[in-house]
Amino acid sequence: MSQATLAISKISGHAGTAPGDGVERDYQVCKLVDTTTCIGCKACEVACLEWNGYEFTETVFDNSYQTMPETTWKYWNLIKFNEHENSDGTISLLMRKDQCMHCADPGCLKACPADGAIVQYTNGIVDFQQENCIGCGYCVSGCPFDIPKFNPKTKKMFKCTLCVDRVSVGLEPACIKSCPTGCLHFGSKDDMKELAETRATQLRENFGFENAGVYDPAGVGGTGVIYVLHDATNPEAYGGLPKDPHVPWVVRFWKGPAKWIGNLAMLGGILGVTLHYLRYGPKQVDEEKHENGGQP
Amino acid sequence: MNASRAIPPGAAGETGGVILRYTLTERIHHWIAALTYAYCLVTGLAFWSPYLFWLAVLVGGAPTARFWHPWFGLAFTLSVGWMYKMWRGDMRITDADRRWSKAIKHYIENDDKNLPPEGRFNYGQKLFFWLMFYGIILLLISGVGLWFVESIPWSLRWLRYLAVTIHVAAALATIGGFIIHVYMGTAMVRGGFTSIIRGEVSTAWARTHHRLWYDQIEKKSSAEK
Repeated sequence: MSQATLAISKISGHAGTAPGDGVERDYQVCKLVDTTTCIGCKACEVACLEWNGYEFTETVFDNSYQTMPETTWKYWNLIKFNEHENSDGTISLLMRKDQCMHCADPGCLKACPADGAIVQYTNGIVDFQQENCIGCGYCVSGCPFDIPKFNPKTKKMFKCTLCVDRVSVGLEPACIKSCPTGCLHFGSKDDMKELAETRATQLRENFGFENAGVYDPAGVGGTGVIYVLHDATNPEAYGGLPKDPHVPWVVRFWKGPAKWIGNLAMLGGILGVTLHYLRYGPKQVDEEKHENGGQP
Repeated sequence: MNASRAIPPGAAGETGGVILRYTLTERIHHWIAALTYAYCLVTGLAFWSPYLFWLAVLVGGAPTARFWHPWFGLAFTLSVGWMYKMWRGDMRITDADRRWSKAIKHYIENDDKNLPPEGRFNYGQKLFFWLMFYGIILLLISGVGLWFVESIPWSLRWLRYLAVTIHVAAALATIGGFIIHVYMGTAMVRGGFTSIIRGEVSTAWARTHHRLWYDQIEKKSSAEK
């Protein structure tokens, strides 16, 4: 990847379109997470902390292998463990690496009011620019995966950057680099999709996972992180992966029609009182003291 | 509160005299409310639209605006609470209001001679008061949700969406009232603006706009003589 792929295609809270978008064709980057070959070793969690310079956080034990319940502002990558009971009574220990999904249609970016606090690069990476972040938390409401987290000290939002600093100089993300089983892959979206479909077909035809498939939800325009699941019909079993994620309709309405309805109403109000003044002017005070009070 | 305590001695009823319309306490509370609301309005509009984001620059930048917006909102809530305590009696909707509201067309067209008499506050002022009163309750509840959005668990995320919806709808409603309030208090009803600053109105003003209130004060003051 060259620096050229860091051209910006979308800018949050920005009046107008992003300069330079669409002038040349770029390919999208993508992480592929094959949950069927993940062993839950958490090397990716450690690599993420190391590369991004965060200390290891105290863990929270909840009778499973999971490090803590959710990702935090300084813990961007978390394997979610679930002891899932199959229909035949057997147990599957499902493990899914949870992090920002880098949606093609990012709800966080849609919700964000701050000019340039969230950008989407032409290679598909959705990145928070903390110097422009105002810490309002609108992205929390916009995200269909509950990913953006607030740092109470700096009052800025943080999440996985897809190692944009590594990707921009031609390296793979830290999590990918650390994976010992090869369940994590990184490349162009097209290549990763093909690899994922090949693996899903293999699982269906050779391993008896009839419902094996690829998770690349269309509701958010596809994602920059895709999963191979043993059972793609039940993504919720993988630590609450939403079945049909989309930018909440409230957020779409708020940032779309509501804006124009509200702006027109406010302008209409100002225009209305101005017209009233031009037509009727100020009220006159009746200086005379009428005995009947001037009533009809 | 009974406004008739606000009579400067000997002023009421005399031609060219003045009447104290708002006590110092009332004026202070009004201006605390006005300034805190204005802050929330300017910063809120900055968060509302990218085309208004520059407004945040006026108050020290968007992160600063984001930090203070909820605190100013709390201050505004408190001042509305005070005003509720001061004015809830005066703001009750009366039969005079119902008669007046039927003739509101004459009020809008400045045909004040054909209006039924009103008390200390007319029906429109009362509507504005209750709009702000219920508006701030909604803004406060939804605002707390937006302030601590991460504390709303994912399983109850519909509350996050509800908070956004209510905050926007209530804010727009209060802005509508605010536009009319400022217009009427400054341009349309001359004397209103000075009354909320210095407290006094002319007797003729009181007689024209709030006859029932004026009569009440005049009666009281002549009884005291």
